[in-house]
Amino acid sequence: MAKTHITMKVNGAEVEGLVEPRTLLVHFIRENLQMTGTHIGCETTHCGACTVDIDGMSVKSCTMFAVQANGSDITTIEGMANADGSLSALQEGFRMMHGLQCGFCTPGMIMRAQRLLKENPSPSEDEIRMGISGNICRCTGYQNIVKAIQYAAAKINGVEFREAAE
Amino acid sequence: MIPGPFSYHRPATVADAVKLLSTLGDEARPLAGGHSLVPMMKLRLATPEHLVDLHNVAGLKGIRRDGNKVVIGAMTTQHELLASDEIAKSIPILHETALLIADPQVRYRGTVGGNVANGDPGNDMPALMMTLWATYHLDGPNGAREVAATDYYQGAYFTAIEPGELLTSISIPVPAAGHGYAYEKLKRKVGDYATAAAAVVLTMSGGKVTTCAIGLTNLSEIPLLADAAAKAVIGTSLDAATLKKAAAAAQAIMAPAADARGPVEYRKHVGGIMVTRALQRAAAKAS
Repeated sequence: MAKTHITMKVNGAEVEGLVEPRTLLVHFIRENLQMTGTHIGCETTHCGACTVDIDGMSVKSCTMFAVQANGSDITTIEGMANADGSLSALQEGFRMMHGLQCGFCTPGMIMRAQRLLKENPSPSEDEIRMGISGNICRCTGYQNIVKAIQYAAAKINGVEFREAAE
Repeated sequence: MIPGPFSYHRPATVADAVKLLSTLGDEARPLAGGHSLVPMMKLRLATPEHLVDLHNVAGLKGIRRDGNKVVIGAMTTQHELLASDEIAKSIPILHETALLIADPQVRYRGTVGGNVANGDPGNDMPALMMTLWATYHLDGPNGAREVAATDYYQGAYFTAIEPGELLTSISIPVPAAGHGYAYEKLKRKVGDYATAAAAVVLTMSGGKVTTCAIGLTNLSEIPLLADAAAKAVIGTSLDAATLKKAAAAAQAIMAPAADARGPVEYRKHVGGIMVTRALQRAAAKAS
């Protein structure tokens, strides 16, 4: 099958590649761009491990073809740290609140959470839980992921983070 | 999992998309949000030779008010539907239902047109469109035509759409001011298809139901309009006996499959409960 030349911006850098139409975006990111932070979990649009941010939307990159992302602006987990290399509020939140155990779902969780907080900077616990309902974690039971996102929201909003009483 | 090979087409107009679909024939499929088709392609349950991606067709986008109707472009995403003030104001049951579809990521990509056109019995919008008396606008090699949502569904994944035709928009008559509405969906987990779901749109006057439509999702191989159940509640105040009668009338037309969501008896049982709850909640909202 003939290959198509595509260009896009990934984490601020212009990238290009030759892909078959059937190449999924997640494969292009992991194999062509060699950015393996974006994970492949279920491959059936359920788990959210492959979530990246495309033109202001959280997208499961296993369910979109790379050719469809031609010309778009993408952020992956590799683009989440602050410019000086320090952890962003969400990354720090996941670390401080123990928001991960095996870590497999974490890139997708963080990518989804950053878009959630951009759209809703002060989400309630319910809004966080619904907001990450497309991301599955099999370790944590979600409690600490929710806390991690609350921690990040507080930090971004410049208020003190107080853990809700158990 | 990697889909089979295909050629990729990205037309810019409805006319070009229709031309591609009709010349490429059976081996071509339109690609909307892709959240039904791409997983099917990865499982090789669908192996189209050509995909006609509709994302670049500006004419398929947007939500607009046209007199007493709201027109929704087929490529409007569920996320855009949820962001629309026009929908919030005039047809809020669409918001309530869209929020129960899949998850946030899927709603950013999944389209209203794809949801209604595909003919998947698990999709939530088809029964709702029937309940709202929506009309589907199709464009094809022989020109444009309209099909009522109530006439569109013929079997699982089998619809009134002809080869080469494309759903371009959906128009919905705006329900009367003060109407009551509810979409009750029982599901195993967030994001799942319905075990059973019921849509109700009704109007009340002096505590009695004046008009009512009831739609059923995933309780047959096509979405159903529960006419007899709706008729049973007209003129009543939805007392316990009437609710029981309506639920029974709705259950009489349910023919769900036995699958991982439960045996037939269970799905019909909870289907009746969804109808009852939707009627009660819609009545409470009506003014």
